[in-house]
Amino acid sequence: MNQPQPAREVLFKGTRLLDLDTGSEQHTDILIVDGVIAELGQIDIPTFDGELIDAGGTIAVPGLMDMHVHLREPGREDEETVESGCRAAMAGGFTAVCPMPNTDPVADKREVLDFLKERARDQLVELFPIAAVSKGRKGEEIAEMGELVDAGAVAFSDDGDPVHNAAVMRRALEYAKMFGRPVIDHCQELTLTAGGVMNEGFVSTNLGLPGMPAIAEEIMVARDLLLAKFTGGRLHIAHVSTAGAVELIRRARAEGVQVTCEVTPHHFTLTDQAVVGFDANTKMNPPLRTAADVEAVRAGLRDGTIQVIASDHAPHAVEEKEVEFAAAPFGIIGLETSLGLVLRELVDGKVLSLAQALKAMSAAPRAVLGLPEVKIAKGAMANVTFIDPQVEWVVDKSRFQSRCRNTPFHGWTLRGRVFALCNKGLYWRARW
Amino acid sequence: MEFRRRHLLELEGMSREELTLILDTAETFREVLERPIPKVPTLRALTVANVFFEPSTRTRLSFELAEKRLSADLVSFAAATSSVLKGETLKDTARNIEAMKVDMVVIRHSAAGAPHFLSRCLGASVINAGDGCHEHPTQGLLDMMTLRHKFGRLEGLKVAIVGDIEHSRVARSNLHGLRAMGAEVLLCGPTTLLPVEAERWGVQVTHDLDEAISWADALNVLRIQKERQGAGLFPSLREYHARFGVTRRRLERAGKEITILHPGPINRGVEIESDLADSEFSVILDQVTNGVAVRMAVLYLLAGARGALESPSQ
Repeated sequence: MNQPQPAREVLFKGTRLLDLDTGSEQHTDILIVDGVIAELGQIDIPTFDGELIDAGGTIAVPGLMDMHVHLREPGREDEETVESGCRAAMAGGFTAVCPMPNTDPVADKREVLDFLKERARDQLVELFPIAAVSKGRKGEEIAEMGELVDAGAVAFSDDGDPVHNAAVMRRALEYAKMFGRPVIDHCQELTLTAGGVMNEGFVSTNLGLPGMPAIAEEIMVARDLLLAKFTGGRLHIAHVSTAGAVELIRRARAEGVQVTCEVTPHHFTLTDQAVVGFDANTKMNPPLRTAADVEAVRAGLRDGTIQVIASDHAPHAVEEKEVEFAAAPFGIIGLETSLGLVLRELVDGKVLSLAQALKAMSAAPRAVLGLPEVKIAKGAMANVTFIDPQVEWVVDKSRFQSRCRNTPFHGWTLRGRVFALCNKGLYWRARW
Repeated sequence: MEFRRRHLLELEGMSREELTLILDTAETFREVLERPIPKVPTLRALTVANVFFEPSTRTRLSFELAEKRLSADLVSFAAATSSVLKGETLKDTARNIEAMKVDMVVIRHSAAGAPHFLSRCLGASVINAGDGCHEHPTQGLLDMMTLRHKFGRLEGLKVAIVGDIEHSRVARSNLHGLRAMGAEVLLCGPTTLLPVEAERWGVQVTHDLDEAISWADALNVLRIQKERQGAGLFPSLREYHARFGVTRRRLERAGKEITILHPGPINRGVEIESDLADSEFSVILDQVTNGVAVRMAVLYLLAGARGALESPSQ
């Protein structure tokens, strides 16, 4: 992959600025000088000797953010590193990612966050780390949240596992309130999912695979909503996958509970039917659910119950996934297919407008995390994703930037792909 | 009709014509088994590996005998532990076997879908000898053969499968095969051992054994695994036997002739009364004999399909 270059003087000609709130588009050129947006509008410089990029047919939006990824560093650098993860993020159109703390060592200490920030220092992609809720992700004692916030933690999560102990979750929500940071829970009642490897339903019945019932997610969502209401804390539910969970969150939001949530592209695209054939690339947690659940998460996106689209990018080594279904780890990679699936499934599928869909991938996660809004305006730091929304392309897992290949979308035709990125004083022009 | 399958992974999705072909072929091999020298040279050129990742006596012996009766070369091995614990992946294990020039792999594995996974990594034909709780197609076929022998038909036959349906690969293969052949299937067991949405298979479901007995022409009684009690799926073997144990008393109460199948090994006194297993109602030993014939038929038909695949011009 070609490297990002310093954005000393770059002129993007003929893009359209998409307003994510109104959906209106404005034809414009964008001149970036030393990483700052120097000029917008019709820009004609007769003797321009910077980088001139014909951006005709593209749209420009505030840099996309994936607030739920696993970069595996430190610990499993054979699967992904900050560097390879950032490349995958760029290939997917993202200028920011939030790595989850289930690394080895766990991101429950300042040193781990410092290490991550150092590793990402020269990348175009910005890292906003999520720190562990509990020390060692053991679910027993809350981590040193104050120090972790000082070190750059934007949220807290024991993702991969739920915070099973209700008292710990209560204290985490209460304590995190002091810093205005959300607690992100992976909602799963573990006694109901013990041994489960896919959604419990007719497909699991027919395949003879142990199921994970939807209520295991919903019971934990319900508990967390009650705790959020009780504590007044900020709760964010990771990867919502069931109709019941969407409905619980919808009602809680109507009551004024401070809760937000996200959905993954695979949960709004695939059903448990995909597991037929036993391909371990259809094994993830939460599992692929039923068609009714897919409809429900789509409805949740449409009515604003679900604000964020995040990929839960979970790299696993080929040899770990190329095994019998029950033995394979949960998770698939998603950074490089997320945008294309959003356009194909949600925009072409008339679930969301293009502006609504891209908001769920940029402004919305930033708002959830309390990060400042990114604006494409004169004088602002250039943090822009340029998208070619019309291009159709075929997913070829052998060409992924991620170190891993665990995707169920190999061979799919998707629509929409990143054209160029600007961030942190760098710009990158995608070349496929 | 010509058999075109490359593998035998499951009975789900098999047509009545395919199943009939297998059962008819099995009948001819059953006749071979009655001969003074019960052996034919048909598969002399074939090498089969029987790879058992899960303990099995009956199924393994049955496959080995079927292979020997057809004059195939065979190797068998039992991997006591799963591939993961051994440190070698299933894929590596299988590809190593294949590199020794094996034409067919018979696999028994505790993980559902393991044969499907292997069929994607190997050029050899894969025969599923039982994968987790998913399917056990040759058991389904031998049960159907036994029933067809007994009743002369499968169309319209009423078969009740009794016991731990949730964890039973025998139940799944039976219900798919029987339904394809036009039989009616009823599942009977405690609520906790019936998988969710089982009705969507197009079967009836009951929790009343007497009702199942009075409805059925034949009962297929499944083995109850004692470890399911530890998992809290039923309170005790005693209570299980009281509610779901097939007894002579229950049959007498129903006042009808009924045929009893059991895939073995039997827990005498739990799912079935000991004396009943050996009674005039039982076709359990027929099942075992038919098992060899059915496996011969499967090996033979897959070998034929392989020949056709390898040189389509012939």
